Amino acid sequence: MSLLNIFSRRGSAPVARERLQLIIAHERADHGRSDLVVILREEILAVIAKHVAIEPDKVQIKVERGEGVSTLGLDIELPLPAAARLTAARTETAAKAKQAVAA
Amino acid sequence: MSKVLVVTSGKGGVGKTTTTAALGAAIAQSGSSVCVVDFDVGLRNLDLVMGAERRVVYDLINVVNGDAKLAQALIRDKRLDKLALLPASQTRDKDALTDAGVARVMEELREKFDWVICDSPAGIERGATLAMRHADMAVVVTNPEVSSVRDSDRIIGLLDSKTIKAEKGETLEKHLILTRYDPNRADRGDMLKVEDVLEILSIPLLAIIPESEEVLRASNVGCPVTLNNPLSAPARAYADAVRRLQGEAVPMSVPSDRKSFLGKFFTRRAA
Ligand SMILES: Nc1ncnc2c1ncn2[C@@H]1O[C@H](COP(=O)(O)OP(=O)(O)OP(=O)(O)O)[C@@H](O)[C@H]1O
Ligand SMILES: [Mg+2]
Repeated sequence: MSLLNIFSRRGSAPVARERLQLIIAHERADHGRSDLVVILREEILAVIAKHVAIEPDKVQIKVERGEGVSTLGLDIELPLPAAARLTAARTETAAKAKQAVAA
Repeated sequence: MSKVLVVTSGKGGVGKTTTTAALGAAIAQSGSSVCVVDFDVGLRNLDLVMGAERRVVYDLINVVNGDAKLAQALIRDKRLDKLALLPASQTRDKDALTDAGVARVMEELREKFDWVICDSPAGIERGATLAMRHADMAVVVTNPEVSSVRDSDRIIGLLDSKTIKAEKGETLEKHLILTRYDPNRADRGDMLKVEDVLEILSIPLLAIIPESEEVLRASNVGCPVTLNNPLSAPARAYADAVRRLQGEAVPMSVPSDRKSFLGKFFTRRAA
């Protein structure tokens, strides 16, 4: 019996266990991520589209997993007229809010 | 209140059909009425394991399509009058099952039986999701082996997302049956440990079913193992599973087929 055999007498189960834990951690992350990102993307798109005309492919959503925290990054490219309206709308709401407070 | 239970696994050939038949017969023996339903359209097997293959006239698809009444398709077991089978068809296309049709049939089954046990096809596609769709609880059948545990993890993900219960935001009760467990291989350290599988899948253990030739013997004669040889190790393990499903606290063990001391000595040597 070789030295290797003596060591491997622990059996192959621990190796199976380690491999499984790795595969499953990866797969859970993949599935969890893709599902959540798809849902978030659709819902965020719907909210924005109610107010501004945007092109769906100009919206990027990224989830990045770090050590302690994960971040959700949102990158939306607005068409020029919409961008202008967006700033206009903001001043208008601000004005309305002021009026409401005054009343 | 009737219970719909799906027996599922992802991976094929791990023991779903064996488990469906064994649990069905054991529940019927305990006095509750049960219908076992074969969702494995195109590869029907449950009728064979139950020994009812020659009595199949109508099947699940006929009932779903409205070509036959449920009562016409149900096959009452000859040994246990509380046990019935709704067979699958051998030839037809599985796309023949419509969502609405299946929903109607499941509702009708709920009215007639205390327990409805759905034998899922392998895989993670429509056949498997249709079998689990209406379930109140699931038995995930797993072998102590890397690919089986991995597929079980995928199936657990589907149980938590594709079932009506999950969609309503309710929790679906899930239980693990670890089957084809071989104590000799476990002793040698060549099989995933029960604790390892439980830690990875993190669902409660319902039973450990030992690898046993009694399972093959039972399927040869077309009789659920719990009925064919109730004293055999797998039958006792399945009977304990049923008692646990019914709320009894039964200590967990791995039953073994009793062998003489000499017999044990020789099998150990041979291993
Ligand atoms: N505890 C056991 N001991 C020995 N053999 C077993 C045991 N459980 C199942 N088997 C055998 O394993 C094989 C597959 O079992 P079964 O048909 O129940 O699996 P399945 O999951 O329904 O397969 P499929 O995915 O093809 O529907 C059969 O030959 C059966 O006899
Ligand atoms: Mg099967």
